[in-house]
Amino acid sequence: MFKWLEKNLPKIVLAPAVGLISWFVYGFVLWTLYISFTNSKILPKYELWGVGQYVKLWASRKWLISVDNLLVFTALFLIFCIVIGIILAIFLDQKIRAEGVLRTIYLYPMALSFIVTGTAWKWILNPSLGIQKMFIDWGFENFTFNWLVDREMAIYTIVIAGVWQSAGFVMALFLAGLRSVEDEIVKAAKIDGAGLFTVYWKILIPMMRPVFFTSFVILVHISIKSYDLIVALTQGGPGISTTMPALFMTQAAFHKSQVGLSAASAMMMFMAVAAVIIPYLYSELRRENAS
Amino acid sequence: MQAKTSSSNYKQLEQKSRYTNIFLRWFLYFVLILFASYFIFPLYVMVVTSLKTMEEIRQGTLLTWPSGLNFDAWAVAWGGRGYGAGDTFLKPYFWNSLKMVIPAVFFSTFIGAMTGYVLTKWRFKGDSWVFLFLLFGCFIPFQAILLPMARTLGALGISNSIIGLVLVHTVYGIPFTTLFFRNYYVSIPTELVKAARIDGAGFFKIFFKILLPISAPIIVVTVIWQFTQIWNDFLFGSTFSFGEAAPIQVALNNMVLSSTSVKEYNVDMASAIIAGIPTLIVYVLAGKYFIRGLTSGAVKG
Repeated sequence: MFKWLEKNLPKIVLAPAVGLISWFVYGFVLWTLYISFTNSKILPKYELWGVGQYVKLWASRKWLISVDNLLVFTALFLIFCIVIGIILAIFLDQKIRAEGVLRTIYLYPMALSFIVTGTAWKWILNPSLGIQKMFIDWGFENFTFNWLVDREMAIYTIVIAGVWQSAGFVMALFLAGLRSVEDEIVKAAKIDGAGLFTVYWKILIPMMRPVFFTSFVILVHISIKSYDLIVALTQGGPGISTTMPALFMTQAAFHKSQVGLSAASAMMMFMAVAAVIIPYLYSELRRENAS
Repeated sequence: MQAKTSSSNYKQLEQKSRYTNIFLRWFLYFVLILFASYFIFPLYVMVVTSLKTMEEIRQGTLLTWPSGLNFDAWAVAWGGRGYGAGDTFLKPYFWNSLKMVIPAVFFSTFIGAMTGYVLTKWRFKGDSWVFLFLLFGCFIPFQAILLPMARTLGALGISNSIIGLVLVHTVYGIPFTTLFFRNYYVSIPTELVKAARIDGAGFFKIFFKILLPISAPIIVVTVIWQFTQIWNDFLFGSTFSFGEAAPIQVALNNMVLSSTSVKEYNVDMASAIIAGIPTLIVYVLAGKYFIRGLTSGAVKG
């Protein structure tokens, strides 16, 4: 008995983690998947109903707006975060004075919650006393900036706040990537007569492919899950113009008693994340095995 | 003669490239400072707004410097106005968050350390599959587990309680803490462990005497990561708790959204700063470890 215990001790110690994750991650996802095939309303029902919830989901105007917003948000969020992140990383890599201070400033939003960020930006962007008033008081009397209350433009305020929060993170990833390149490579290129611009454009940036890939995955992941920021900034409004899948899911589940429908929307989000993450994990694992 | 021209040409060229260099340097600093002001702007606005009276807010602009150090809004945000119903303030929720964060960080870090230790130093057939199995938990969108989690907490009788939130945060922190410790221990030579085993040291003795003493950096990274994640969480907090058991982010959101007759932006901003200050302090004091957590949590999948 004691021998057996000693021999299997490592596996026994592993058991809590594996058990908890099996139950709370895999078990729960399967439960949600099952419920998405039932006609559950306020409470879960367990008789199967087929793909009705998915049909309902994709016929729902609100869901379609959510998906549309998600695509717009993700595209802009990705582009701005990556472009700003690369520019800042390359510029900071030029033996800048006070690099530490600047880096700290670029990255501190990552330490704040999206609720704090959203609260701050909501105040800055509010039309009556925020940026709009600032410019009017400065003498630009016809200046208007009311995106926050404009159905067409409100989604872009979420982009502004989201980029503000996450661009520094991309900067940190690229800076770490650039710093890990051997000095020899850059020196050799310079001896061959390449200018600084060519060194970056032709050599260093192409070498950053894994960093691009990582940033892409992380940012898409953040944007699919984005919930807090929208709650704090617009609550999905004006109307439902800035609603997103994560918001749709919680509202259907906890406010509208559409448990089946919310499970279906959660599974759509799950599949979207899986489509991005599985290739990523696969390639990371292959790289690790190769090295 | 020939040599002379080329050398003076060269000098000219050098002169020219010096001017472009100086210009480029200025441009570089200009762009960097421009972005720095974009990033600092909201924090500046938050701080100055929280120090103004509503009268000052209406008269000035976002950037106007406050007339004095007026902490009234802070006092209201932290301790309320002193009348009964409907007077929400952050103090009780701040303690809620602390009571939730401390045990959740401790348990998830401990489980992650043990799991990472087994997966690297007591390897067995299929251990990398177990790692992958756990790792996937880092990436699931939590919407896919909200419904069954709500029912489970109800069945356990701990819905709308701090204990419930501790459980949730511990469980969903395990994939990350395991990732951190596993990647750290994998770089520590296994010979150390093998030698100790030959000397007769057991499973726990090896962990506590050999690995734990050299784990300080990764413990710091993990604790900071978990602290930031859990303190800043809103999804779990708002789904599984309401009223008195809510963590601070939920309380902040409720305070800002509650529609009283007059919007008090100074109190809103003071509240936002109070909710953000613990993680900001950690970031300023231990930025290096914070960034290491961010990048290794992300880069090494």
